[in-house]
Amino acid sequence: MDYALIWYGLIGLAVLIYVVLDGFDLGIGILFPKATEESERDLMMNSIAPVWDGNETWLVLGGGGLFAVFPLAYSIVMPALYAPLMIMLLGLVLRGVSFEYRFRTKRGKFIWDTSFFVGSLAAAAMQGIMLGAMLQGIEIEGRSYAGGWFDWLTPFTLFCGFATICAYALLGACWLVIKLPNELAERYYGVAKRWGLALVFCIVIVSAWLPLSQQIVSQRWFNLPNSILYFTVPVMAVICIWQLFKSLNNHRAVRAYLFAIGLFLVSAIGFSVSTFPYIVPFAVTYSDAAAPDSSLKFLLAGTAFLLPMVIAYSAYAYWVFRGKLKHEEGYH
Amino acid sequence: MDTLALDLARFQFAFTVAFHIIFPSFTIGLASYLAVLEGLWLKTNNEKYIQLYKYWLKIFAVSFGMGVVSGIVLSYQFGTNWSVFSDKTGPILGPLMGYEILTAFFLEAGFLGVMLFGMQRVGKKLHFASTCVVAFGTFLSAFWILSVNSWMQTPAGYAINEVGQFIPDDWFAIIFNPSFPYRLVHMLLASYLTTALVVSAVGAYHLIKAPHNPLAKTMFSMALWMITIVTPIQIIAGDLHGLNTLQYQPAKVAAMEGHYQSHDGAPLILFGIPDDQAKEMRYQVAIPKLGSLILTHDLNGRVEGLDAFPESDHPPVSIVFWSFRVMVGIGFAMLMIGLFSLWLRKKGRLYDMPLFHRVCIVFGPAGFVAVLSGWITTEVGRQPFTVYGLLRTVDSASPIDALAISFSLAAFVVVYLCVFGAGFFYLIRLMRKSPTRYEKSLDPRLADGAQVPPASHPNRLT
Repeated sequence: MDYALIWYGLIGLAVLIYVVLDGFDLGIGILFPKATEESERDLMMNSIAPVWDGNETWLVLGGGGLFAVFPLAYSIVMPALYAPLMIMLLGLVLRGVSFEYRFRTKRGKFIWDTSFFVGSLAAAAMQGIMLGAMLQGIEIEGRSYAGGWFDWLTPFTLFCGFATICAYALLGACWLVIKLPNELAERYYGVAKRWGLALVFCIVIVSAWLPLSQQIVSQRWFNLPNSILYFTVPVMAVICIWQLFKSLNNHRAVRAYLFAIGLFLVSAIGFSVSTFPYIVPFAVTYSDAAAPDSSLKFLLAGTAFLLPMVIAYSAYAYWVFRGKLKHEEGYH
Repeated sequence: MDTLALDLARFQFAFTVAFHIIFPSFTIGLASYLAVLEGLWLKTNNEKYIQLYKYWLKIFAVSFGMGVVSGIVLSYQFGTNWSVFSDKTGPILGPLMGYEILTAFFLEAGFLGVMLFGMQRVGKKLHFASTCVVAFGTFLSAFWILSVNSWMQTPAGYAINEVGQFIPDDWFAIIFNPSFPYRLVHMLLASYLTTALVVSAVGAYHLIKAPHNPLAKTMFSMALWMITIVTPIQIIAGDLHGLNTLQYQPAKVAAMEGHYQSHDGAPLILFGIPDDQAKEMRYQVAIPKLGSLILTHDLNGRVEGLDAFPESDHPPVSIVFWSFRVMVGIGFAMLMIGLFSLWLRKKGRLYDMPLFHRVCIVFGPAGFVAVLSGWITTEVGRQPFTVYGLLRTVDSASPIDALAISFSLAAFVVVYLCVFGAGFFYLIRLMRKSPTRYEKSLDPRLADGAQVPPASHPNRLT
């Protein structure tokens, strides 16, 4: 059995779950300045207060998992993405502490509102930039990174950073429509549509830019007969986009949210089609980077029953805090 | 890789780890304390326990958040600062950390929301279960990360493959490597003591402010029982851990003890100024033969000094020598506090001895100092290796240049000092508020209408 392939899938799954969950979470930070009054910001923050920690744990699993099963990839990618990674981590620190801090002060509340916004925005942008840097390829020599310190900073990666901000803001807006009281939620249908449009624009540009700049990617996509299979991906994307906007127009919040997630899933498939079997594009494949089978098997044995458990009790935590928040006086 | 970049990478890593270690060492103990408080409340129906629970829950929420964010940083810093180390040890340490994430981090994160905000939603028993699960999660997290750290100190159960990676041979031997049980017990007890010292300081502060506050009395008494009972156990555990270190990392013990030369019947050096150039301990104050007695349990036992090891394998002596003394000194001070509190209890004066209360306030942060000193002792003492005897620190680093590390180091220092400075300020402010019977939990923050807290209440002591 190809354990490395299973792990390639599992790490991909962890990253995808992270992006979907922390996506709306970071998106709320990006949309924070949209709120007109303090009580609205309280509600926005509290709609994610019980779950944000769980959401970010998926990022730790992504990093820790990479270290465990693809140590070579981990040791190449981390130095290659040094600067954006550090900025992302600092952003996550700034936004993570805001959840408690802003309720511990009156005078300083604006500081933590700002740090929540700036931290979320920076983390989202850096995640996009890192994704872009992966897609444009990473230069290696032997078993280590051999590129320059600003390889990650190109028009393409900056554009990917912007795309990620749009994507997270869309998810955040969909989440707010679901969780906020009706009188506040209405407005976010419009917000979701605007960010959704921006995202569609970004997806179109990236889909054209990538194969034009990377020969290896264009060969992959425009290569009969595989192309026929691959081109279901854009078709699915179009369906998701169409359904997303239809749901937003009809004010069907949960449906809109699910199709936004669908769009993420399709984009992830597109990413895999472009880069598989590389785990450090276009330098190291997943099987070259994999730890020995004994490591892969040891961790897989536990993961096989721990991961479903994690998903089950995380879902339970969401279930406990289901439903819309209500406007209430009383808490200071 | 140049030395400057290496030193900067080491300093940056030490800085972020040192900041991080403060929070878990407090929250491991505090989670268990909260579980005990809630359990006592369910068992006795005495309201004071749930009031204390709500009081400490707010402090827990702030410090846990700080621990989470400073911990995320670490899961990536292995790769950014120590990429060669990551490549080589990943097949062994990676899965252990993978298990930490899957068994501990998700467990804590999943039930933390219910613990903090779910009292009104899930009912008492399920809420208590959530508190216990979070406490158990903090224990599991300590289990795995200390296994990882211990394997680096006393590697076992491995083989080395053709590209120079450590690969697993026997997982049981890897996880339960020789120093792991000692380190785990020593660290867990240290966490309990750290928390007990903070709780006793807060209790003491409120006893000075309002000598009859029943909640202050309860927390003060509980914390001092903990200190009284656990400190002697910790001293024994520390001694056993030291003997284990003597067996596997004798050079570290030589540095801790300040022994440059090997001796039969070695003295116990209490104080002195280590001089690495001259290879001697200046101005030393020592008790003859006691060193041998402690380390070999024989007055004339042979104790190896640093001269028994090649100079390239020596750890820096002064840091290890001093940090070890700070830790041991605080340990014995805690023992005194515990014994004195027993005497005060006997005289019935535990709650009206302001001088003792002041001492307890001064010792509030002592647990953190002891944890950090112990950590510095063990981590500096294992230098110059990352994997003891097998992989040198200088061969572990990432190919990052000094400038990039300087920038990120500066950014970390600025952000951490601001963010965690503010956090300490809020924590102190929470601790200065008197615990009252009107203690609010965090639930109403979700403002779902399940329960509306009283709009205002007289701010007086119970």
